[in-house]
Amino acid sequence: MEKINVIMTVNGKEETLSVEPRTLLVHALREHLDYTGAHIGCSSSHCGACTIDMNGKSVKSCTVFAPQAEGSEILTVEGIGSPDKLHAIQEMFKEHHGLQCGYCTPGMIMRSYRFLQENPNPTEEEVRFGISGNLCRCTGYQNIVKSIMAAADKIRDEANVEKKEIA
Amino acid sequence: MIPSAFTFYKPENIEKAVSLMVDFGDEARVIAGGHSLIPVMKQRLTDIKHLIDLSGINEIKGIEITDNRISIGAMTTQVELINNEELFKKAPIIREASLQIADPQVRNLGTIGGNVANGDPANDMPGLMQLLDATYKLSGSKGVRDVKAREFYEGAYFTVREDDEILISISFEAPSGGYAYEKQKRKIGDYATAAAGVILKVENNMCSSASIALTNLSDTPVYCNKAVDIILGKEIDNNILTQVTEACVEQSDPVADQRGPVEFKKYVAGIVIKKALTRAIERT
Amino acid sequence: MDDVKTPSREERKSALSGLGTSRKRVEDARFTQGKGNYVDDIKLKGMLFGDFVRSPVAHARLKNIDTSAALALPGVHAVLTAADLEPLGLHWMPTLAGDKQMVLADGKVLFQGQEVAFVVGDDRYAVADGVSLVEVEYEELPVVTDPFKAELKDAPILREDIADQKEGAHGARRHPNHIFTWEAGEKEQTNKVLEEAEVVADEMVYYHRTHPCPLETCGCVASMDKVNGKLTVWGTFQAPHAVRTVASLISSIPEHNIRIISPDIGGGFGNKVGVYPGYVCSIVASIVTGVPIKWVEDRMDNLMATAFARDYWMHGKISATKEGKITGLWCHTTADHGAFDACADPTKFPAGFMNICTGSYDIPVAYLAVDGVYTNKAPGGVAYRCSFRVTEASYFIERMIEVLAQKLGMDSAELRSKNFIKKEQFPYTSALGWEYDSGDYHQAWEKAMKSVNYKQLREDQAKQLQSFKDGKSRKLMGIGLSHFTEIVGAGPVKNCDILGLGMFDACEIRIHPTGSAIARLGTISQGQGHATTFAQILASEIGIPASDITLEEGDTDTAPYGLGTYGSRSTPVAGAATAMAGRKIRAKAQMIAAYLLEVHDDDLEWDVDRFSVKGAPEKFKTMKEIAFASYNQAIPGVEPGLEAVSYYDPPNMTYPNGAYVVVMEIDVDTGVSDIKQVYALDDCGTRINPMIIEGQVHGGLTEALAISMGQEIAYDEQGNVMTGTLMDFFIPTAWETPNYETDYTETPSPHHPIGAKGVGESPNVGGVSAFSNAVHDAFKPFGLTQAHMPHDHWRVWKIAKDLGLHS
Repeated sequence: MEKINVIMTVNGKEETLSVEPRTLLVHALREHLDYTGAHIGCSSSHCGACTIDMNGKSVKSCTVFAPQAEGSEILTVEGIGSPDKLHAIQEMFKEHHGLQCGYCTPGMIMRSYRFLQENPNPTEEEVRFGISGNLCRCTGYQNIVKSIMAAADKIRDEANVEKKEIA
Repeated sequence: MIPSAFTFYKPENIEKAVSLMVDFGDEARVIAGGHSLIPVMKQRLTDIKHLIDLSGINEIKGIEITDNRISIGAMTTQVELINNEELFKKAPIIREASLQIADPQVRNLGTIGGNVANGDPANDMPGLMQLLDATYKLSGSKGVRDVKAREFYEGAYFTVREDDEILISISFEAPSGGYAYEKQKRKIGDYATAAAGVILKVENNMCSSASIALTNLSDTPVYCNKAVDIILGKEIDNNILTQVTEACVEQSDPVADQRGPVEFKKYVAGIVIKKALTRAIERT
Repeated sequence: MDDVKTPSREERKSALSGLGTSRKRVEDARFTQGKGNYVDDIKLKGMLFGDFVRSPVAHARLKNIDTSAALALPGVHAVLTAADLEPLGLHWMPTLAGDKQMVLADGKVLFQGQEVAFVVGDDRYAVADGVSLVEVEYEELPVVTDPFKAELKDAPILREDIADQKEGAHGARRHPNHIFTWEAGEKEQTNKVLEEAEVVADEMVYYHRTHPCPLETCGCVASMDKVNGKLTVWGTFQAPHAVRTVASLISSIPEHNIRIISPDIGGGFGNKVGVYPGYVCSIVASIVTGVPIKWVEDRMDNLMATAFARDYWMHGKISATKEGKITGLWCHTTADHGAFDACADPTKFPAGFMNICTGSYDIPVAYLAVDGVYTNKAPGGVAYRCSFRVTEASYFIERMIEVLAQKLGMDSAELRSKNFIKKEQFPYTSALGWEYDSGDYHQAWEKAMKSVNYKQLREDQAKQLQSFKDGKSRKLMGIGLSHFTEIVGAGPVKNCDILGLGMFDACEIRIHPTGSAIARLGTISQGQGHATTFAQILASEIGIPASDITLEEGDTDTAPYGLGTYGSRSTPVAGAATAMAGRKIRAKAQMIAAYLLEVHDDDLEWDVDRFSVKGAPEKFKTMKEIAFASYNQAIPGVEPGLEAVSYYDPPNMTYPNGAYVVVMEIDVDTGVSDIKQVYALDDCGTRINPMIIEGQVHGGLTEALAISMGQEIAYDEQGNVMTGTLMDFFIPTAWETPNYETDYTETPSPHHPIGAKGVGESPNVGGVSAFSNAVHDAFKPFGLTQAHMPHDHWRVWKIAKDLGLHS
């Protein structure tokens, strides 16, 4: 099959991929670039395990062809924190038992990451609606919601501290 | 769940897109958000050799509002419809309906053009466009033409769009009066078991204008002209609402699926229509 | 040094993060950073991919398979069919239930989605193209989807391979489509009691076919190293050791040359217990091609073909005195097993532990018969987040209790209370032969009733009913009760084995010189957090902080043999093995400490993390000191090092129980139900990690909600699967899922070393009945006795319609 070049920025690094046009973005990330955080749970855009951030929006990477992502800025779960400094959402998922088998977790965290930027001060109901494109089979969501609410607090607190420091 | 191979094109303007459609005929398809098309391609239910991505065509993106005329580019996403405050002021039913489509991630990529053009009777926007009496602008090898949304749908996945035509925009007059879009579904991300939209105006307790439409209750979206005829000029009371509801249900023709048998769907159709009417009246 | 405060006993204890601590999970660091290692993340040099051509029809004779076009495609390396597997004797494989199953269709297909050919190629894309080019000619045959029609005289014979066999793995077969009859209890005596009873309730209770549907589907990477003669298979295996043994038995590869590795598993819920054709074909393909082969099924494959759950038609009769004392229980179950009997049950229990169906009640006499039949549906019958068929049993008895209460005109909460096995009756032997270890059902029930303010709920319900009758509301309120008793922790080797493998489990511990440790187990976590909780058990046993203990599972080359993780058996069996291995460590440590302190062993006592001299607590040796000594001191009569292994054969099952209450409001016109309250009290014996217990309960309740309110594997009459995607197969999102209230009582198991009983599956077992009973309860005033699950919108609407509530 004929391959084409697709250029995209993934977690801050520009990548050039040689792929068939039909290559799904999730496969491009997982198999060509070894970012295996995004998972495949349904392949039909229902489960959200493959959720990543593309140009500042949460998308399901199983339902995007790689060339559709040409020129885009991609952020995956591997790109939001580091082992030394986890993102507040990652920390709060750990703190509040917001995961069990871990399979939905990267998608859930990436959705939360974007959601909390869209709505930094959400109600529980808004969180539930905000993550309604992500399925979890283990947790019953209660602790995920708790984790996201706690992360919202933490992100706000961190922002306040930063403001004070600047002042 | 792997699609068959295709070549990929990303034209920068509509003329190029149309000329690709002309060149490749029924072997070509345009892709907008892809959330209807890609799942079908993955199941290999359709054979597409050439995929034309419309996302590079800026002229068919965005929302324009001039006085009371609203024009929405086909490549405008659901989330852009939801977040546009001007649009919300002029046509709040768009936000109300859009929030009931799919889920946040899908709404980020799903476009109004894709939703109305592929002819899937389960999609919500076609019903909404019946309600708003929208006009679709199609561009093809023979030029640009306007088609009324109420004349666009012929059957499930069959529309009056020619093979080489691309839907480029949707326009409608800003509606006035009360509105409601009611949808019963099994869960977030599901299509409607039954959905109904209502826009109406009540002056001196008389219905002075009305529009009613249904989603996923027939092989095309349903504009309930008979019901509208019944309610126009009438005093709003329970009796007339019952008559209107019955007329709408009469025009529905759902098919049985995992959501339930026809009898159930017709019954629920009656419930959502009544709810939509009631809420729309409350909002006048 | 005097100013350094010596830590108190309590401080030392808390530093261990042992039993009863809500310790944060050690697994989460990698999962939250996207660094889990699931099977689809594994990438080996030269690896090829494989996938199936599947049958589009439910029953057909295979006339021809033409692989030439697929083989001609660049990127396709091989296409396997049954004919290729036959010389190896691998075109069929044994099932866990003593039946056999086609690996690839041999002459005919028996269900939609059945594996017909296996295409091997460069990547998923080439393979998918190859799959689409394999041409298969089917001659369709009449289809059996209704288990009650399977045994009709003129029913089409499904399993021609065993059509003439009158005797199956579980006794006599009376029809070519009949698999087994399994009986428990006293038939004649039960019939007599029923005949003479003052009150008898008679009902057909159906627990529909559904599917465990973990978010990660099943898959494997098989790698045959021809140089060293060693086969390694990474896969979604809930029982890696059993897979190794089975793989050896069917492939003739010596067991020591097979290494099975379960990497991180994205949820199992019973779906990953079995051995599937994908594993076998991947292994064969790796042998044929000499390179590693990856097979990962997609979601549609998974829902269509990989291990369904339930599908039990349970006809019940329950008798009682007019005052509501239950006198007898009778049950006949028709079990739809699909095309092959691939249930995952202990060998002697073809209907699992369905004979726990007397539930939490003191029922003097009972009889159970289960008939298994073949139909043109996918094989499976796995325990979906429950011990073998326990959810079915629990649902059955909790419905029968409701139906009986209705007949008696008695509140079902009162009826339950009146018939619970009393605390002083434990250990209690049930009429169907189980010995319940411990419980205090009345305490649990009273706590539950008080917590939800049951009396007030009934008053609210009555008001709502009145309002409905007055035409002021179209909503009804339902209160769903359930008190379940599970039977988990299979199990004693004397009566529990799978394919002849006794269902013990094992733990091996090594203490390092500096006082940290590694423990390895025969189980495998799929989200339960074993690395966190088993370290807690050990911390309490050996006085080493949980954070200093590494837990490893899932690699058959390094872990001791065990039967794996399902049926809530990890804590009852492997957890016990862990405690027992810890005690062996402690026993040796005591000898070392005695030598170091120059006292007799008996003069020492264990004190949290040390041995100290009785009466002189200032003289002590900590476990850390002892560990170091074990590596550097020549102690007479004591081997160097500090290691232990324990293989634990449980003396009995454990019997977790719980009291659940669900309150919902149902719109009779739309069929939409609104969950108002879910209260779950669990008694899982000793609680190891309350945070994890609560998480397990939340998750299990959500699965129960899904199953009872919409989730099913539905077939049409032609045997087509109607629920093949996550659009139609109901998995609730955060939006449809309520918040849960959890509660507990703590009645330790008397026979378990630490008294723990297991909890992972309780909320599914107890939850399904509670949700379903709530729906029934709402319509009870209008005479509803039984309506089958799932209670999705249209079926609830149908209840209302049939009761004349739509006027």
